Amino acid sequence: MNNNPQINRDGELQHLLTTEGLPISVLLKILDTAESFVGVTERDIKKVPLLRGKSIFNLFFEPSTRTRTTFEIAAKRLSADVVNLDVAASSQSKGETMLDTVNNLSAMHADMFIVRHSQSGAAHLIARHVKPGIHVINAGDGRHAHPTQALLDMFTIRRYKKDFHSLRVAIIGDILHSRVARSQIHALTTLGVPEVRVITPKTLLSNKVERLGVQVYHDMAQGLKDVDVLLMLRLQNERMLGARLPSAEEYFKYYGLTQEKLALASQDAIVLHPGPMNRGVEIDSAVADGKQSVILSQVTFGIAVRMAVMTILMGN
Amino acid sequence: MKIHIKNGHLIDPKNGIDVIKDVFIAAGKVVAIGAEPSNFKASRVIDAKGLLVFPGLVDLSVRLREPGFEYKATLESEMKAAVAGGITSLACPPDTDPPLDEPGLVEMLKHRAKSLNQAHVYPIGALTQGLKGERLTEMAELHDAGCVVFGQSDAPFINTRVMMQAMQYAATFGFSVWLRPQDVSLANSGVAHDGEVATRLGLPAIPVCAETIALSTIILMARETGARVHLCRISSAEGVSMIRAAKKDGLTITCDVAVNHIHLSEMDIGFFDSNCHLVPPLRSLSDRDALRIGLMDGTIDAICSDHTPVDEDAKLLPFGESEAGSTGLELLLSLVLKWSLEMKIPLISALAAITTEPAKILDIDVGHLSLGAIADLCIFDPNQYWNVEATVLRSQGKNTPFLGIELQGKVKYTLVNGSIVYEN
Repeated sequence: MNNNPQINRDGELQHLLTTEGLPISVLLKILDTAESFVGVTERDIKKVPLLRGKSIFNLFFEPSTRTRTTFEIAAKRLSADVVNLDVAASSQSKGETMLDTVNNLSAMHADMFIVRHSQSGAAHLIARHVKPGIHVINAGDGRHAHPTQALLDMFTIRRYKKDFHSLRVAIIGDILHSRVARSQIHALTTLGVPEVRVITPKTLLSNKVERLGVQVYHDMAQGLKDVDVLLMLRLQNERMLGARLPSAEEYFKYYGLTQEKLALASQDAIVLHPGPMNRGVEIDSAVADGKQSVILSQVTFGIAVRMAVMTILMGN
Repeated sequence: MKIHIKNGHLIDPKNGIDVIKDVFIAAGKVVAIGAEPSNFKASRVIDAKGLLVFPGLVDLSVRLREPGFEYKATLESEMKAAVAGGITSLACPPDTDPPLDEPGLVEMLKHRAKSLNQAHVYPIGALTQGLKGERLTEMAELHDAGCVVFGQSDAPFINTRVMMQAMQYAATFGFSVWLRPQDVSLANSGVAHDGEVATRLGLPAIPVCAETIALSTIILMARETGARVHLCRISSAEGVSMIRAAKKDGLTITCDVAVNHIHLSEMDIGFFDSNCHLVPPLRSLSDRDALRIGLMDGTIDAICSDHTPVDEDAKLLPFGESEAGSTGLELLLSLVLKWSLEMKIPLISALAAITTEPAKILDIDVGHLSLGAIADLCIFDPNQYWNVEATVLRSQGKNTPFLGIELQGKVKYTLVNGSIVYEN
């Protein structure tokens, strides 16, 4: 149970469930493969026949438009057949268990499942129970992981910053509930980023997070000093309902990214955000649309990175 | 029936016996140890050469799942599992459906258990009606029906005042109150220890202070009310320190730990192993080590199996949605042996934590092999190895973190009231 379930005995990637424990060679292979797909997505005919005849099921137990769409586009550009299943609205409400749903779809000769679920570990559970030869990509499980998002962030960083070994990276926002942050931290530390910081109030921090190899800051002025890459996290509105934060306004004042705060970072720092953005909560429009923002590039590269992951998995 | 157990290595923690001696049983009692009484005609001779003979185990927390949860386990299946694990007396928490809050339910359970003629069952009565933490049960009536002690299982009180009154009322009759310290609002909907693993896996967490804050309330209230308090399933190093200090101050409290928690830590969750979803959560390695030390220095009095059979479907879910608990009746003895070997503790001391000490906590006259004692005993081969597999477990619950692991020590015979109820 303790071995990394996404890699087989020969060190090949079978599933993409988390960035934790992925060898650097695998990470780099994904990023390099994605480079070759960026060209495809910029062509007039945006299609390659690599996955022709393959069936890919988008299995979303939690609603998501954006992530599901990017996976769908990526699969279609690889000429695969894509089936979108909004499971939250169908079988689950009829009482079918998650594994029964997966078994039923496997019987329809699925080659790959792209899974989104509100519970941490859902993708691992599915990966453990699918037949050999069926691949699982985790498109977000609870607070645990969102590996393709982290990989497209790494791809974007590499495009703008070249060398990971000289970077200071700050992740800003709701670390406690963020699957994106966890996947980013593992990817950044594996790729050799020497300094990864997290900046957040104590109510949005996860206990012992420094064991993942990050430094914790609670003050934006200190945390942003000399930072080259700012990874913003989305702040969910429901965080304001409990006692974690008093108001969106106070959060924005102390942790929202404005031009003034951005000026504290390195001059050529870049700003990333996984979307969808809450303008005026975690990020000011002037920054989101400003010249240091690479947020729209992330979206474009996201397709290429997901094409790369699908191609590599199907080849193994 | 007269039974002669010969050539066995007799271990009786209460009487400090740890030598090869024969045991003679007649009319359900131990009638002689060592030399054969005159005119003793054994109808059965058990050759226990190379085997250990000790009092049957007393387990302080066994969920039999009846009434209400028969799809998870039945009284029959779990009583068979108990004797297969060498357990001859067991206390069952009141969290059945309906909870054990009425004399009729308790009488029914006692009667059903008795008719199965296996281990002795000691129901823990509910402290509050429906375990809702709001209104007291008829404790004296429940006691007459067969409840030996009273508890809340994992259910909270609606406020501290009810808790205090429950303890005062129990103290009126001298009844022992069993509580698992947990502040419900701090535990919230957590499923794992608030530490490195929950952070890594993104699991909702239960901080140590959920245990220690509740513990300090219970300790202060035990002092205030004079109630006899037993603390169930302690899980943290800080909790152990607080109990140690309270005992040093002269407070008469007792405490148990679940056997999984002296072996495992949060690390064993690995990649979301739902068999490691337990209540209380498996905590850090240093917490586990403190529990081990606490047992050795007497801060923790007893080890229980915290047997909680869960059906397979309820474990085949993402970690946070899976049902907590593990099967334990048939693993308790092997896991206590493993602990004693790892910590280099004499077996006689280790066995005290599952015989003499829990019997004292329950205030029942079992767990020893004095002359005239009820002949509840276990004959055990410490050198036989076995694999923990679903097919070998008699319990209906196959859920354990030790699934697939090889363990040492196998029960050969279990005797209750001088009758052989299990033989392997």
